[in-house]
Amino acid sequence: MTTGNMTAEDTLLDCQSAWKIFGKRAAEAMEAVKGRNLSKRDVLQEFNCVVGVSDASFQVRRGEIFCIMGLSGSGKSTLIRMLNRLIEPTNGRIEVKGRDIGAMNDADLRELRAKHMAMVFQSVALLPHRTVLENAAFGLEVQGISKADRNATAREALTTVGLGDWMDRYPTELSGGMQQRVGLARALTSDPEIILMDEPFSALDPLIRRQLQDEFRQLTKDLGKSAIFITHDLDEAIRIGDRIAIMKDGVIIQTGTAEDLILNPADDYVAEFVSSISKLHLIKAHSVMVPVETFLRDHPGASADDLAQASPETDIDDLIDLMVGQKGAGLAVVRDGQVAGVVTPASLLLGVKGSQASEGGHG
Amino acid sequence: MNFQFSIGAWLAPSVSWLNRNLHWLFDAIGRTVEGVLGAFQSVLLYPPAIVVMVVVTVTVALLTSLRVAVLAFLCLGFCWLVNLWPQSMQTVALVFTAVAAAVVIAVPLGIMAARRPRLESFLRPILDIMQTVPPWVYLIPAVILFSLGQVPALIATVVYGIPPMLRLTTLAFRQVPNDLLELGQAIGAPPRTILTKIEFPAALPTLVVGLNQCILLSLAMVVLAGLVGAGGLGAEVTRGLTRMEMGLGLRAGLAIVAIALLFDRVSRAGLQRRERKPAG
Repeated sequence: MTTGNMTAEDTLLDCQSAWKIFGKRAAEAMEAVKGRNLSKRDVLQEFNCVVGVSDASFQVRRGEIFCIMGLSGSGKSTLIRMLNRLIEPTNGRIEVKGRDIGAMNDADLRELRAKHMAMVFQSVALLPHRTVLENAAFGLEVQGISKADRNATAREALTTVGLGDWMDRYPTELSGGMQQRVGLARALTSDPEIILMDEPFSALDPLIRRQLQDEFRQLTKDLGKSAIFITHDLDEAIRIGDRIAIMKDGVIIQTGTAEDLILNPADDYVAEFVSSISKLHLIKAHSVMVPVETFLRDHPGASADDLAQASPETDIDDLIDLMVGQKGAGLAVVRDGQVAGVVTPASLLLGVKGSQASEGGHG
Repeated sequence: MNFQFSIGAWLAPSVSWLNRNLHWLFDAIGRTVEGVLGAFQSVLLYPPAIVVMVVVTVTVALLTSLRVAVLAFLCLGFCWLVNLWPQSMQTVALVFTAVAAAVVIAVPLGIMAARRPRLESFLRPILDIMQTVPPWVYLIPAVILFSLGQVPALIATVVYGIPPMLRLTTLAFRQVPNDLLELGQAIGAPPRTILTKIEFPAALPTLVVGLNQCILLSLAMVVLAGLVGAGGLGAEVTRGLTRMEMGLGLRAGLAIVAIALLFDRVSRAGLQRRERKPAG
């Protein structure tokens, strides 16, 4: 979850100020938006155009799972479709591995979609007249790869997602969760660097969804893939994503790790969203500790060296256990052999609430 | 002022102009059609009836199922039993050729219409006219241009068979789920691959319905074919009617039903088999 210093070459996908305006006069409306800073409502009234995505910028790093979370109508599905140009952006620039995809011709674009960016759909989109194996191999078939080769690759991918025994079945014979595994296997066969996931698990029941979320995260990390994952469920975004972008009305309001969103919500909308999330595993010791001086001021005579120790990455859940199991007035957070701060019962309680201890106030 | 006008007053001269100046063209079309039909009929009629029956039955059994093959054998056997074998084979050749021509014209147009709403709204009234104007009406210029015989009959049959095939093709391609089309694009498939590997299979069930409609409506036209001298079962029905021979009319009518059953079941089974083909 922690991010080191990333260099430019680690950025796999770079979305720079992407806009999508739907309607016959989209180009005109775009000019007006740029020139006069029109609101979404003005655009609708003046040009009869709908702003789907407005000024979306983000970067996805190699090996990262980037979640885009928003409710229906927030423009998240439009945004993900602009990343492989299933929907043409009205304005902005999208670079994949340093190449501007807006400048690609049809053949280059097909190559990009076939080999570098796979997509998994909410509706799964399996071809009903083909077996599971034929469906999984479909992407390779389209690329003109021989039957023996593509079937071998597809078998491997299906085994990876746990469907080794179902290859000769038809999609209708599979449960929803299994169908989505086939969709994932199909995306994996072409060995893409980036997987675009368009609400893949939204239609599944909660238990299966949870299981698939964990498996997906594990699989993506094991294979070293990057993923952009669309969801309307914050729990899912937190479970899967390394970083999360929150979208509302076509605008990305905030981008950050789950901890960032909870501790420093950009506005009331984000705050409201994260308020119901359990913070126990999301907030770490380094966020709830108070400076050593503050601790010593409040506890004259105590010494930070006598306290039980925790690492900066210990989450609140574990901190509570440690706190209950010791007699001192706090826990020393030790980074590189140095006491970086102290978690006190008060700061821990604030952390459970989702507020940052060192600032003392509300986030 | 007289606002009435006579369509015939300008239609008749234009037909005779076509007949005078483009006679070579219609002659060539007529000869080609007659050649194809004639060859087809010879193939069906040259060997003894039992050979054709066995060949058809075995082919159907190999391509579809035994059940359909038995049905095909019974249908052909009935035509032979009622002593209308040559006429039946003439009708089979006529309908087969007409349906093939209608499919070749209607399917590409139907696909285009599914993609271009403007083309569809342009085609719709034409299709309505083709389906509702009594075929006798366009048989008149057809007979003038191609003279009596199988050619005007075939053309009338094709004209009658195109609308259902075209309409259902358009419907079939409109009904292809959008997510499947999106999948095709997202995996980088070129448009032709999307057409053949995604749209066509997804449209197939509705296309089968269209083909069935096309075949059955074409068969309904064979009576008319008899009227303009195309021979076949239609001629027998016409003869039965004009001579008030109840038995002949009934025999020919039932033979048409047998042929209709044959075409319908075989085409349906043949196309559905592909849909459920097992792996490998």
